[in-house]
Amino acid sequence: MKGMIIVHVDKCNACKSCEIACAVEHSVSKDLHQAIHEDPTPRARVAVEKGVNFSVPLQCRQCANAPCIALCPTDALYRADPDSPILLDEEKCIGCNWCVLACPFGVIYLDEERKVVFKCDQCSQRVQRGELPACVSACPTGALMFKMLEEIPKERRNAYLVEIAECLTGGGV
Amino acid sequence: MSKKDERSIDPVSQQMLGVAEKGGYSTAWDRWEAMQPQCGFGRLGVCCRICNMGPCRIDPFGEGPQVGVCGADADTIAARNLVRMIAAGTAAHSDHGRDVAHTVLMTARGEAEGYAIKDEVKLKALAEEYGIDTSLKDKSTLAEEVAEKAFSEFGQQHGELAFLKRAPEKQRRNWREQNVVPRGVDREVVEIMHASTMGVGNDYKDILRIGTKAALADGWGGSMIATDLSDVLFGSPQPIRARLNLGILKKDEVNIIVHGHEPTLSEMIVVASRDPELLKLAKEKGANGITLGGICCTANEILMRHGIPIAGDFLQQELAILTGAVDAMVVDVQCIMPGLTSLAGCFHTKLVTTSVKARFPENGSVEHIQFDEQHALEGAKRIVRTAIENFPNRKQDSVVIPSEKETSNLIGGFTAENTYHFLGGRYRATYRPLNNAIIEGRIRGLAGVVGCCNPNIKHNFAHTEMVKELLRHDVLVVQTGCSAIACAKAGLLAPEGAAYAGKGLREVCEAVGIPPVLHVGSCVDNSRILIALCNVVKEGGVGESLDEIPVAGAAPEWMSEKAIAIGFYVVASGVFTVFGTPMPVMGSEKVSAYMTGGMEADYGAKFAFEPDPIKAAHLMIDHINQKREALKLRPMLNEPEAAVQMAAVAG
Repeated sequence: MKGMIIVHVDKCNACKSCEIACAVEHSVSKDLHQAIHEDPTPRARVAVEKGVNFSVPLQCRQCANAPCIALCPTDALYRADPDSPILLDEEKCIGCNWCVLACPFGVIYLDEERKVVFKCDQCSQRVQRGELPACVSACPTGALMFKMLEEIPKERRNAYLVEIAECLTGGGV
Repeated sequence: MSKKDERSIDPVSQQMLGVAEKGGYSTAWDRWEAMQPQCGFGRLGVCCRICNMGPCRIDPFGEGPQVGVCGADADTIAARNLVRMIAAGTAAHSDHGRDVAHTVLMTARGEAEGYAIKDEVKLKALAEEYGIDTSLKDKSTLAEEVAEKAFSEFGQQHGELAFLKRAPEKQRRNWREQNVVPRGVDREVVEIMHASTMGVGNDYKDILRIGTKAALADGWGGSMIATDLSDVLFGSPQPIRARLNLGILKKDEVNIIVHGHEPTLSEMIVVASRDPELLKLAKEKGANGITLGGICCTANEILMRHGIPIAGDFLQQELAILTGAVDAMVVDVQCIMPGLTSLAGCFHTKLVTTSVKARFPENGSVEHIQFDEQHALEGAKRIVRTAIENFPNRKQDSVVIPSEKETSNLIGGFTAENTYHFLGGRYRATYRPLNNAIIEGRIRGLAGVVGCCNPNIKHNFAHTEMVKELLRHDVLVVQTGCSAIACAKAGLLAPEGAAYAGKGLREVCEAVGIPPVLHVGSCVDNSRILIALCNVVKEGGVGESLDEIPVAGAAPEWMSEKAIAIGFYVVASGVFTVFGTPMPVMGSEKVSAYMTGGMEADYGAKFAFEPDPIKAAHLMIDHINQKREALKLRPMLNEPEAAVQMAAVAG
């Protein structure tokens, strides 16, 4: 089943705990105090941005028909199977930046020190172990959530059934 | 609208912001943008970093933790954080007062170079107030005893601060009942730090009580001592004309900016800048003279007493350097941005630090010349010489000085004492014309619009729009600090500013010969506003206590912790006060509800938070109207025509 990182925008408090947790998770030491001194510097793959009267963490949407995969000249970007997130084979990446330009969400970045790109990988290793992505774990308000894609429309349909039920009992149409 | 026009309403600042953008120089505005979005836990006051079990956050949406690891809830956390800000604000103002007291002491003993006791009348009055026998004592002896007494108030452990006696009985009764009578300046700051550390105060209201006590130790203590002893040492201000904005800098003169707070430094720089030998040196270096301009409160101090022009407000400190024409920026304490060091490095400007408390790392552009009272004039001359010797290093092709035509005029120098004279005249010192004007409905009431500038609100917009709206409703406005500087740029502090005033206020201004907005000084001089209100009460007919007077306060663009201390001492003294953006307490329902509601039952006044300056002005006007009604004063002689209320575009 395909996992999705989703955001309740009205709960984002812009604390950027997600950014810190993401960087630490993608460090060598996986420890905050050591990670900040590592070389190369660990980088966050999620960015908290400010809109008008809201803020929101933005990361890779793991597109089903991904422009980044289509354009990659070396097949560095790939998914292991249709349900897995889009991953990067760093050995194959030449840092041409086509994917950076192609991504409509602006959530692929070039690591100038290591000369490869980086993006959200949904913490695939954590998820395989049954854990949540680091940003979701770190979020103090529950704005960030990790759900299976199929769950979300199902939840919506169930919620709508409740609405219909209320209409019926309320002597509605 | 271009970025520079969105950031400030002041054309001079817009011009310099354009220079910054073109040259790729970072300013506070850029850094504010880069900091967005700012952390909501911090803004709401529910981030606690007081102990090592944390840092803790309360989830404002109610789902995550509602208490910290120790069990403190949002109310305790927000209250503790807030009172620590009061402690810092009180400490800053009070240290300034302490330094002035120290300088008076040394001057009296003949140990300070270049200072003299200038206002003997005020000195004698203070001595009498302190219970010092003034008979047969010369100026120096009196000054020494007054300074010692003022000094002792800082370390006092019991009793109460002397100047509290100046307040009306009702305020003093409130303070006794609320148990907020400050015993000594430093003691109350220490008590805040103690009560707010881990495992001490856990009752938000009591924590706020301790904070209020320290705030009162600022307003009726540290700040008031600073104001009164500065008057003794440097002279009590009299109304004086001056100019302001960056256009005061000159292409062909040595430009020195004094920035910071303590007049002990800036007064000496004024003297040194007039030294004939240094003027000769300036000529030798190719300059026609020496121009002195001020930024922030120290600017207000030397404006009030000497009419020295003001270069700009807090947010213009970087813009000044961007002119490329500042040969030295001399700084002491408070409101000095660390960002100045890198910016000075891009120009020839020398940033001269002078205070043991405010050190910047020295490099090619930053030089420390320690200022001390014993060698004050010598030190000041050395500083001025540094500026003169830097004049030839000016990169003439990067000099952009805003046009002199865009400088504004203002009148400064109003105090609680000289109000007796300019209202009453030479032969009859009285506040009666003011009180009568309020009673008769010519003047609706009074407003103190004060405080800082902040890139989170369009620069100078909230100050000027609020003041204009108040003037339109015949409210006489008094100002201090950067707020005064902001409104002076818009011409509101010149007699011509009366054009913005309603009919009643305009008539009074024209009759008396004052602007509709009175500059009463620096931020420690907010204590002058307290005394003026006491004088209004004494004159009679407009309230028996400070909380009955038709008056309101505001800090529409506040930035500093000092503003929070001031807000608390003004509200605790009975004056309703509106802050622009909220203080970091909105994550605690109880703290914010008390400050904007329940506090009124305890002190006769409360806070309001309203970033829209027009709405805020109307909160103040409504409050003033309520006080008028309670006093059964006559209805206003004039009401402004029903104008379409501007939807304030804060940008």
